[in-house]
Amino acid sequence: MSSIKIKLKEKDVAKIIEICDSFDNNPGDLINVLHKVQGEFGYLPAEVQEVVSNQLKVSLAKIYGVVTFYSFFTMIPRGKHPISICTGTACYVRGAEKVLDEFKKVLGIKVGESTADGKFSLTCLRCVGACGLAPVVQIGDKTYGRLAPDDVKRILDEYADN
Amino acid sequence: MAQQLKMQLLVCGGTGCRASESESIEAALARELKAHGLENEAKVITTGCFGFCEKGPIVKVHPDNTFYTQVTPADAREIVEEHVLKGRKVERLLYTDPENKEHVPDSRHMGFYRKQIRIALRNCGFINPENIDEYLARDGYEALGKCLAEMTPDAVIDIMKKSGLRGRGGGGFPTGLKWEITRKSVADQKYVVCNADEGDPGAFMDRSILEGDPHAILEAMAICGYAIGATKGLIYIRAEYPLAIKRLKIAIDQAMEYGLLGKNIFETGFDFDVELRYGAGAFVCGEETALIHSMEGSRGEPTFKPPFPSVEGYMGKPTNVNNVETFANVPIIINKGADWFASIGTERSKGTKVFALAGKINNVGLIEVPMGTTLREVIFEIGGGIKDGKEFKAVQTGGPSGGCLTQKHLDIPIEYETLVEAGSMMGSGGMIVMDEDDCMVSMAKFYLEFTVEESCGKCSPCRIGNKRLHEMLETVTEGKATMETLEKLKNLSNVIKDTSLCGLGQTAPNPVLSTLNNFWDEYLEHVEDHKCRAGACKSLMRYVIIPDNCVGCTACARNCPVNCISGERKQVHEIDQSTCIKCGTCMEKCKFNAIEIV
Repeated sequence: MSSIKIKLKEKDVAKIIEICDSFDNNPGDLINVLHKVQGEFGYLPAEVQEVVSNQLKVSLAKIYGVVTFYSFFTMIPRGKHPISICTGTACYVRGAEKVLDEFKKVLGIKVGESTADGKFSLTCLRCVGACGLAPVVQIGDKTYGRLAPDDVKRILDEYADN
Repeated sequence: MAQQLKMQLLVCGGTGCRASESESIEAALARELKAHGLENEAKVITTGCFGFCEKGPIVKVHPDNTFYTQVTPADAREIVEEHVLKGRKVERLLYTDPENKEHVPDSRHMGFYRKQIRIALRNCGFINPENIDEYLARDGYEALGKCLAEMTPDAVIDIMKKSGLRGRGGGGFPTGLKWEITRKSVADQKYVVCNADEGDPGAFMDRSILEGDPHAILEAMAICGYAIGATKGLIYIRAEYPLAIKRLKIAIDQAMEYGLLGKNIFETGFDFDVELRYGAGAFVCGEETALIHSMEGSRGEPTFKPPFPSVEGYMGKPTNVNNVETFANVPIIINKGADWFASIGTERSKGTKVFALAGKINNVGLIEVPMGTTLREVIFEIGGGIKDGKEFKAVQTGGPSGGCLTQKHLDIPIEYETLVEAGSMMGSGGMIVMDEDDCMVSMAKFYLEFTVEESCGKCSPCRIGNKRLHEMLETVTEGKATMETLEKLKNLSNVIKDTSLCGLGQTAPNPVLSTLNNFWDEYLEHVEDHKCRAGACKSLMRYVIIPDNCVGCTACARNCPVNCISGERKQVHEIDQSTCIKCGTCMEKCKFNAIEIV
């Protein structure tokens, strides 16, 4: 499991319990619960999974199994501005790999990592369905299309002040 | 659509155009209309995808079908002042025909639309998906009313069977037959599931239908519920599609409010409600049994069939799973009849199919054509041919489970069977076009990388076999493979196909087998000559200096990150191949075209 040890605040635990309650603690709603909880905390560390496990009466092993099965769930905290590079086929054919390499080079991190200051994190995703704009990169909620490696520095500069 | 208005400005609100700020265009158009006192003359309407994503954002003007491409918020004033106020089209924003370089004022005359028949996409780009009244104005929920009031469930199934509609998610199983099997399963509760887990990278028709015409899916699910005897519908949708989720939620609320979903629909005593379930990013969940496990809150691992979901599915109850595009065809079949639908398409494949054109093609976008249309028509007439005038090399249909088809397949009519015979498959309708710069070995490797990552790990042929395939392909692209490797690739591919548990594993080797078949000489070149003709395999590339062009400026040597270039000032330089990392910096920095790739 994750090497990062965190201590949940009381209000965080209360929030998780509240989310579980809103689904009547139904084990069948595990994935919906995890979506909500990740939406709240940004990621799903072991400590959070423990609370969910106690509430839904589902073993921690099963929850860990589900969290690690689906690529949407993560146990590593994301950066303030999460960067997702689309590596779907359409983007791949139009040069997504070169754009990804440039992001790795400029940020000095690998896929799945965050920068030391916690500002950016880098992940790949499979097709956002905006293939007309390939290659596509999402930073937070913003989508950038028709990118070339040369655009990377300029885009990151947009986030220089925050 | 509001009829009293003279003009409607339809702005595409699909994911693609949204990413290019179509929301700001809507706001700017509305502001300009107001500033000119034209609010009662024209109205701005947000619609679903027009399909022509290549030239987005799109603004279409009704009723004259003016099609403005690559519109920016700054163009809003001109559109309002010229077109709305003075009735003059803004020439510079019109689509330009690439052949005769003339502006096309009416979208119906664009090459992109001419051969299309839009059935599943009938409302996309016409109505505001967030307003149920617009759906109702285009015969919405009429089919449901007709089924509930005039038809028995068996009669509904009969129409579906006669229409010849087959599953549009890939398998091509006859929809009416599936409904019939689920109807015959006896249980106290049954379920209708809509598979909206569009996992095939490069396919985006389901997303566009849900974003552009969500009520059609709800209506079809209710019809299915009536036919099979279910009162509950579930839509399993990817969490990566926030806009589609939002519009579905709005649509469900509106339909409940109008009494078109919920209890006692049309006062016929029929109850039906729809809930959303979210996927969490797993390609294998497109397989019905895996999808059902995921909806139950577990890992999305497939199980052996039979029992089929139609007999034992969600929560152990009979469950009918159809994909989005399949459902989108249902209401119109009920309204227009089975004979009408069956008259479109070919003997074995009826109706139309939506394809997502992407890759090295001029008109990237979403198209819908009758079954039996040829790949050539799709790629060259509708798709406008290959980008930058390059040579067509291959088209991958069916996504990671499909295969690469080539020049020689261009004239086969598109049907479920013909594509399988050619070594590919229909799949969900993704079509990725490749040109001379794409290395087919690398493409096969790319797809395998995807499968390896997405394999659920349950059965060993898929979990271990595909990983081995990927490793072998890696050696080919590195020039380390032998002829024996190619032989092994073929054998292992066939073993995986024959022994995997579910559709993912059974089809995963298709890209390898189809490229081996169709591009054998390219594999040979990699193995025997250590050469990649597309110049895509880094390990096989060599950067060399052309002595005649080198003036000895030292720019390359100074910028080389690994100092592998040597040479005195004003002397011809040399690249040490043993330490070169093939980053290409030297070529970028050279101002004298003195470096080439061999």
